[in-house]
Amino acid sequence: MTGLRTAARSVFEFAEKLFDRAFGPDWNPLYHLGTLGWFFYWIVIVSGIYLYIFFDTGITQAYESLEYITNVQWYAGGVMRSLHRYASDALIIVMMLHLVREFVMDRYRGARWFSWFTGVPLIWLVFACGISGYWMVWDVLAQYIAIASTEWLDSLGIFGQSIARNFLNEETLSGRFFTLMVFIHIAVPLFMLLVMWIHIQRQRNARVNPPVGLAVGTLGMLLVLSLIEPAVSQAPANLNIAPAVIDFDWFYLAGYPLLDWLPGLVVWALGGGATLLLLVMPWLPPGRRRTAAQVDLDNCNGCGRCVEDCPFSAVDLQQRTDGAAFSEEAIVSNNLCTGCGICVGACPTSTPFRRSGKLVPGINLPDTDLHTLREQTLAATSPLSGIGRVMVYGCEHGPDLEKLRDADTAVLKLPCIAMLPPSFIDFLISRKHVDGVLLTGCAEGDCHYRLGQQWAGQRLAGERDPYLRARVPRERVDTFWAGLTSNRKLRDELKNFRTRLSVLPAIERNKRQPVIKRVIEGDESHE
Amino acid sequence: MNRVLAYIGQAIAYTLFAFVIGYLATSPPYTHLEPGMAVIKLSFSHAGEHIKECRRLTQEELNALPPNMRRPTDCPRERVPLLVELELDGETIYHELLPPSGLASDGASTAYKKFPISAGEHRIVARLRERRETDGFDYEKAGEISLAPQQNFVIDFRPELGGFLFL
Ligand code: HEM
Ligand code: SF4
Ligand code: SF4
Repeated sequence: MTGLRTAARSVFEFAEKLFDRAFGPDWNPLYHLGTLGWFFYWIVIVSGIYLYIFFDTGITQAYESLEYITNVQWYAGGVMRSLHRYASDALIIVMMLHLVREFVMDRYRGARWFSWFTGVPLIWLVFACGISGYWMVWDVLAQYIAIASTEWLDSLGIFGQSIARNFLNEETLSGRFFTLMVFIHIAVPLFMLLVMWIHIQRQRNARVNPPVGLAVGTLGMLLVLSLIEPAVSQAPANLNIAPAVIDFDWFYLAGYPLLDWLPGLVVWALGGGATLLLLVMPWLPPGRRRTAAQVDLDNCNGCGRCVEDCPFSAVDLQQRTDGAAFSEEAIVSNNLCTGCGICVGACPTSTPFRRSGKLVPGINLPDTDLHTLREQTLAATSPLSGIGRVMVYGCEHGPDLEKLRDADTAVLKLPCIAMLPPSFIDFLISRKHVDGVLLTGCAEGDCHYRLGQQWAGQRLAGERDPYLRARVPRERVDTFWAGLTSNRKLRDELKNFRTRLSVLPAIERNKRQPVIKRVIEGDESHE
Repeated sequence: MNRVLAYIGQAIAYTLFAFVIGYLATSPPYTHLEPGMAVIKLSFSHAGEHIKECRRLTQEELNALPPNMRRPTDCPRERVPLLVELELDGETIYHELLPPSGLASDGASTAYKKFPISAGEHRIVARLRERRETDGFDYEKAGEISLAPQQNFVIDFRPELGGFLFL
């Protein structure tokens, strides 16, 4: 992570913490920028359909029909028009924040390039929708947009005749291009829906709807804004009068002044260059790529839990290839796998209680294999002393664990907290290796690997396989979703946790030693 | 109490969001043209002469061609660029050779040019040459015009209507 990105990430996390306080992690709008984008899209579609019923597509009648909608039917059509405009503006805001955030949080590289790559054309499509929309009003702003846009298109020199000549003056005005614009304004949003759908194809359980509370809140906000500040037209277009000072929708038109300052071709080069740059971003540089998860057929029974839990649809079940008695087996698509290890945490064979020598689960991460994880866990916990011995598991995208390490605290980092099979917690506590286990990781509601936090929570709560066994005293397990910047809060939480542990009946220390020897001998005696 | 504070926080966040949208959706206004100015827009599309005159083929040349290709004249497709000039109050503000369009340079030349000028009285002269010769102009139109602020004054060119049109 570069310094710049870390700084930007701190800014985001600061804002997110602020929003957490007001909205709570579940409704935090910064965690729902993509879903809010979908939500605004649907508001725009519904209000657009309503407007279209009353809209007259003739170039001279368009303005009047909108005047009717706005003034006579202010309570319905007027509100719809305002919603249509303001939701489109909101879409730009959340889309841009979404883009920056995915970049800052580094969720666009390696196996995750696809969503980024397919997001880039969405930018052009959103702008095409908005700009063609303003064109249809045929007021002074529309006139300006029509002239500036067609001049810009003409600068490409690929259209035989000048398109801008359509808008020379009132006498030569032709509705031809206007009709095309109406068509574009309907066709492009539909096409955009297709691209939005493609955009989330690689996400398992992609969220496309914001939480109800956030949806109600934003819709309410847009409604209030629509009533207080209804969207209206400017003066009707008149090609004999040059637009001079124009009320501008900066969300959609911020780039237009460039056309007054630079030659059209230069603006094309800037736009094209920026688009290209965005498209290749996932490979600039490609980002550290973890080795993909690997299936070990001798341990895989084809239960499909890894398929269920992989956030990136990187595991599938296929027909058994090794003649074992099971009908299916897991198979990983290497190019989709992010190496998060969530599948390892899902696999029923990932249990540290297993007696055979080396711990090899059905699916494993070559970089951070489960056997090593058990070894590291035991090595880290065995020197712990005191009455509140705590094992802290964190993730690579969460707080800095090293600061917690001390005589009664052991720490270990995983790619994602959901890589930890719940049986590890059971193992540590029932075998008296520690007095408590603390899980931490990304900020609540914002797992770097999308679903890890959710799955981990459900496994602990016994709502999702593999769940934490009922015999594990829940008071000895704590979770604290901290994020990158909450080191102090995490330390406080650890202190509180230890205080809570201290009043529980003491756990007798596990005396068995030493770690390495035991592994070689096998774990038999422990069961 | 905490809950109340949270709702207040949400209300503040929504208000800010609404404010940003409501404001930037129409403001601040953009000055595309200073209000005291008018615009002269020169725009037309017209084809210049062919680069060379058509030539009658000699009998020998005709004989050399396959019978179905024998046309009595050989006309080059390429056209000359148009020379266009615009004079405002005695000053030349535009003097441009407009190349023909098309890959074979056989199409019309196109002009599309905007001149923001102060409103008021002006004397304006437009000239155009479409011939191969390199002297003089074939069309010229002069006029005294009075431009209102923000007036969009169009200069078109339609040879069938006598040349330049001041609209
Ligand atoms: C109309 C505009 C857009 C909408 C509605 C939208 C919506 C979404 C949604 C719903 C998700 C899935 C969230 C989840 O379930 O985890 C997502 C993910 C993502 N989007 Fe967008 N998006 C838009 C534009 C963009 C743009 C312009 C970019 C960047 C160029 C982008 C980059 C990404 C990335 C990198 C991810 C995450 C992929 C991952 O987690 O691996 N999106 N988007
Ligand atoms: S490590 Fe497992 S869960 Fe994570 S992306 Fe790869 S296959 Fe999916
Ligand atoms: S969870 Fe484990 S056992 Fe089940 S299909 Fe996946 S790899 Fe095989």
